[in-house]
Amino acid sequence: MTPIATPFFFYLLAGTMIIGGVLVITRRNAVHSALALIVALLAQAGMYLMLYAPFVAAVQIILYAGGIMVLFLFVIMLVNLERAQKERQFNRIWPVGLLSAFALGLLFVGVYSKGKTLLPSEMMQIPESSNTQEIARYLYGNYMFAFEIASLLLLVAIIGAVVMAKKRI
Amino acid sequence: MLSYLQSYLGGDALTPGQAGNQLWALIYILVIFAGVSVVVMAMNWIERKALAHMQVRLGPMRVGPHGLLQPIADALKLMLKEDIIPARADSFVFWIAPLIGLLSAFTVYIVIPFGPTQAVTDMNIGILFMLGVSSLSVLGVVMAGWASNSNYPLIGALRSSAQMVSYEVAMGLAVVSAVLMTSVGGIGMYDVAGDGIGTLSMIGIVQAQQAQHVWFLFKFFPLGLIAFFIFAVAMIAETNRAPFDLPEAESELTAGFHTEYSGLRWSLFMLAEYAAMVAVSSIAVTLWLGGWLRPFPNALAGPTWDFIFSLFPGLTFLALGAIGMFGFVRMPAHPFFRVQKLGLGGFAAVLALIGVLLLAIPFAARGHEGTILAGFAAGLSAVYWFIAKVAVFMYLYIWYRATFPRYRFDQLMSVGWKVLLPIALAVLIATAAVGVLIPVIQVWFKGRAG
Repeated sequence: MTPIATPFFFYLLAGTMIIGGVLVITRRNAVHSALALIVALLAQAGMYLMLYAPFVAAVQIILYAGGIMVLFLFVIMLVNLERAQKERQFNRIWPVGLLSAFALGLLFVGVYSKGKTLLPSEMMQIPESSNTQEIARYLYGNYMFAFEIASLLLLVAIIGAVVMAKKRI
Repeated sequence: MLSYLQSYLGGDALTPGQAGNQLWALIYILVIFAGVSVVVMAMNWIERKALAHMQVRLGPMRVGPHGLLQPIADALKLMLKEDIIPARADSFVFWIAPLIGLLSAFTVYIVIPFGPTQAVTDMNIGILFMLGVSSLSVLGVVMAGWASNSNYPLIGALRSSAQMVSYEVAMGLAVVSAVLMTSVGGIGMYDVAGDGIGTLSMIGIVQAQQAQHVWFLFKFFPLGLIAFFIFAVAMIAETNRAPFDLPEAESELTAGFHTEYSGLRWSLFMLAEYAAMVAVSSIAVTLWLGGWLRPFPNALAGPTWDFIFSLFPGLTFLALGAIGMFGFVRMPAHPFFRVQKLGLGGFAAVLALIGVLLLAIPFAARGHEGTILAGFAAGLSAVYWFIAKVAVFMYLYIWYRATFPRYRFDQLMSVGWKVLLPIALAVLIATAAVGVLIPVIQVWFKGRAG
């Protein structure tokens, strides 16, 4: 079977992601931004598929595109968009943005120039059929403690949200 | 060309996607697309007819005998209707919303296993893929409601997004408890899997049920039954059907999120809704009702029983033809009914002919094991049993709609979060616990015996 991870698909997905990402920050309409973000996230899921990580791709679609983005849209529709569109952005956060973009660019240059020595030259061969099982083995075996800590953090966040949202408990 | 076509048929038992045969994959996709479209049209007629009879009405009677041509007339009417985009609507989002709904509803079909090899492809994340892609359909609803720039559609969209996100949680937990059952050893002598590795592939889930000699509906009784019940409730909420059809509640929101849609675009929403209904019903059938497996594949095993059960497709069509003939005979002998009578008689004859053809295939294939014809007959039987199980669910959808009054929105939310979610969590934990405990107890008993 010929591999699907051809350069053509990489550039297609990467281009979609970049266009989606640019649209997210340039659209004035918040719903359009959210839709562009969904496109970018779906392209990212495709990228995970190209990396032979089907489980991560499926979880990306279920959680981000199907769950979190729907909540985003829900909130955007509840708030008054008419006023938000006319308001000028009041916080001056662009120096931070510039700095992080510069750092990211530096990283890219570093990877491009030294990538051959820093990164492995060949892709790790994980049998695609047991991808999910391998993730489970790592998550509940080697990294059990980190996994549980993360779930505890989420639990605290959920309880905090309930405490803040509910007037009387 | 011909050899390329035959190379798949004569090869190993694989789906076209696994075998990498693009032509057969394309053929399967076209067959599924056409089949689903026909099913949607048929569902349109059956729903109106069954609802009418449950309410002691006749339903459509004018277009064709017993209103059989009503769906075609409706489709023509929808295509000819003026296609309106409201002036203040967001035209691009308005235009793309029904397409997204349709796309997500039809994309899930590529992993639905209609038979052991009768699926477009088999993914090792099959069930996750189905849940993920079908969860994208809510985006179509939300975009449609928002882009209409009107109050009723917006409220419908808000309701829909809240409802789908809430019920997806309970649905996912129920699915996970079924996926757990593919891995845990099973009861007593049925520990066939042995290695204790589960699967997310749709075909693998059905094969696990075959290997464990039990539909997951009855496994760890009553845990499988409860999980199935939760899924059956959540899937109605996911497809926006009665009694959870609040996003399109006619008495409150005119038509909910598709109020501003007309003509072909509106029909795309309907097509997506019915296609999604068939898709979630197939998930339920695959996970809990043994997918393509015929009744008692292990208790009544052997070529003779296989042959007897493969007669059912033909017999079903013959029965349908007989019903048509009954209507033909009962029709009044008035000249006014002549065309209708001829039409119904012809339809019944065609159904009976299909029945005879489907009966002939297993007879011709008997005793020729290993040939393409025998494979075709076996596939036909598998697809028939899958479709028959899905058909039961489709009828249940109609039955629910006629039986249950619509929920209030706060009731819907409290049922989802305060009843279904805790039960689903409890079932999940109990399934995992039972699955771990049973092998331990078995070992302990074996130790005492030996």
